[in-house]
Amino acid sequence: MNDSVNDWGLAGVSVRYGRTLALDDVSLRAVPGRIAAVVGGDGAGKTTLLRCAAGALPPASGRAATPGIRQTGYLSPSGGIYPDLTVDENLSFRAAAYGLRAPQARERVAEHLDRTGLAAARGRLAAHLSGGMRKKLGVIAAMLPGPALLVLDEPTTGVDPVSRADLWWLIAQAAAGGAAVLFSTTYLDEAQRAGHVLVLDAGRPLASGTPAEITAAVPGTIRLCPARPTGDPQRRRAWRRAGQWRLWEPPGAPPSETVQRGEAVPPDLQDAVVIAALAREAA
Amino acid sequence: MKAMIIKEFRQLRRDRRTLAMMIFLPVLLLVILGYAASFDVSHIPTVVSGPDAHQAAAALPPPFQVTGTVPAAQAQTQLRDGHAAMAVVTGGPQLIIYLDGSQIFTAQAAKQALAAGAATHPGLAAATVEVLYNPELKTSYIMIPGIAGVILVFVGTVITSLGVVRERQTGTLEQLAVMPLRPRDVFLGKITPYFAVAAADLAIVLAIGVAIFGVPFRGSPAVFALGALLFVFVTLGIGVLISSVSQNQGQAIQLAIMTLLPQVLLSGLIFPLSSIVAGVRWIAYLLPLTYFNEIARGVMLRAEPLAALWQPFCFLALLGAVVMTLAILRFRAFLAPSPGRRPKQPDAAQPELASAAAKP
Repeated sequence: MNDSVNDWGLAGVSVRYGRTLALDDVSLRAVPGRIAAVVGGDGAGKTTLLRCAAGALPPASGRAATPGIRQTGYLSPSGGIYPDLTVDENLSFRAAAYGLRAPQARERVAEHLDRTGLAAARGRLAAHLSGGMRKKLGVIAAMLPGPALLVLDEPTTGVDPVSRADLWWLIAQAAAGGAAVLFSTTYLDEAQRAGHVLVLDAGRPLASGTPAEITAAVPGTIRLCPARPTGDPQRRRAWRRAGQWRLWEPPGAPPSETVQRGEAVPPDLQDAVVIAALAREAA
Repeated sequence: MKAMIIKEFRQLRRDRRTLAMMIFLPVLLLVILGYAASFDVSHIPTVVSGPDAHQAAAALPPPFQVTGTVPAAQAQTQLRDGHAAMAVVTGGPQLIIYLDGSQIFTAQAAKQALAAGAATHPGLAAATVEVLYNPELKTSYIMIPGIAGVILVFVGTVITSLGVVRERQTGTLEQLAVMPLRPRDVFLGKITPYFAVAAADLAIVLAIGVAIFGVPFRGSPAVFALGALLFVFVTLGIGVLISSVSQNQGQAIQLAIMTLLPQVLLSGLIFPLSSIVAGVRWIAYLLPLTYFNEIARGVMLRAEPLAALWQPFCFLALLGAVVMTLAILRFRAFLAPSPGRRPKQPDAAQPELASAAAKP
């Protein structure tokens, strides 16, 4: 990771929780107008990274740069929404906290609520919203001040496809408006849409770059197999996807005689992430 | 059922605070109550005045304890300002004895002791006994000012701690930390509504006390309001402090009850402070309700002026300063974690070192 903080983001950041190293020398730039996705499994360090990027958690070492608290919008893991306030009341509170003028806030709220289908629920308590609606409300609230840096912690997790589309519209709107967007996700198809992807594994960067760069950097070959390969190490290098087995052949690895080798397929982001994890495991 | 029992035990074992409360609190309460639960009045502080003051002092049997000789004109003032529970005025055609009716148990004990002493001391038999401030020794007169204090403790401590800890539970406290709000704004913004509710509660309780129970309000409303302000200040601070060490509303309620109970039992609201053994009584002087009781009864029943109440006011202010400072420090720590501080957010507290995003 040779990224430096030219704009905002993290450079060589490490975070410790007691004796556990939650982030280890991680860098991620937040570039205006670009959407960057942070991908990783449970406990990979996504939330910790985004908290650092939003200024909610000072790193133990390294540097975190934000455009300032007024210019940073943050969707915390909980959504930061008050369940006992209505949609309107939640947004009014957020607007007032950021010192937005009422007409400006009204205009932004109306546009976002209309587009995301929340307009009819303006008077409803947030506790009575569906999970997807609550997520949308959280993202709208984070976007309300028109931040230069928008940090969203798993905005689409547990959300139905229609709501995910609405959320993506919001995220794209923010980036189109010039905001640097950082978001975390466990969905690799979403990460594929980002301009930059950082894959985290156990607090360490596994891969970083544009989706194309990450897939281009995949070493070796991926082959389709009619059945699950037997015998090590092929068995450990195979994974099932869309009803088919895929086998990773590292560069220079001798082809196995026990494995029926199918056609080679180009890797996508999901394959790239799996292979990066396998490569690290092997190392 | 066995599975359910095992599950409950496992959960209980991990909720150490509840377990400790279930085991130690009853023991603690028993010990404290055993020493505190007494209506017995062992001594009655008495002042004497007039030309025959020394003779009267010598003639008074126990439990009367003569604490001083004062001019006759100041006899009632001594009672009003809480320096004595009984005043004996000599020099008239007959002895005049004033009793402080706001110290109901002491006044009752004094009446009984005077009746018993009258058999051996003819002067006492002929004395005129006048009970001041609460002539009928009505319990409601002394309970209602104290109950007003208990209600303020409830709103100030219990409700406030719940309100603040709710922010933590819903995760909105973390959101507040990254919003352009100063910790001071968040702190004051959180406690101001509770302060207003507590003030409204107090006004309602007092209005009911005066209108329905006929409790007199003889002193200065301004002095009372100042005392109530300081008291609410302390209780709100305790509420915030409790919320800062509680992970959820259940823990907050447990802790709040643990601060509420001793205040109800040891503040002089139920048992006279003088009846509580010294080994336990010191706890009473750490409790804000003790001082509010003194102020509320002093102002409402005896029209005690501010100058005479300087001690409870000072102690209340001191408690307020200590509690509020701690509360603000804890609150600031939440909203502006310093580098190296271990975050307490449950999602980040124990990250699992799981493997990569998409393992085969």
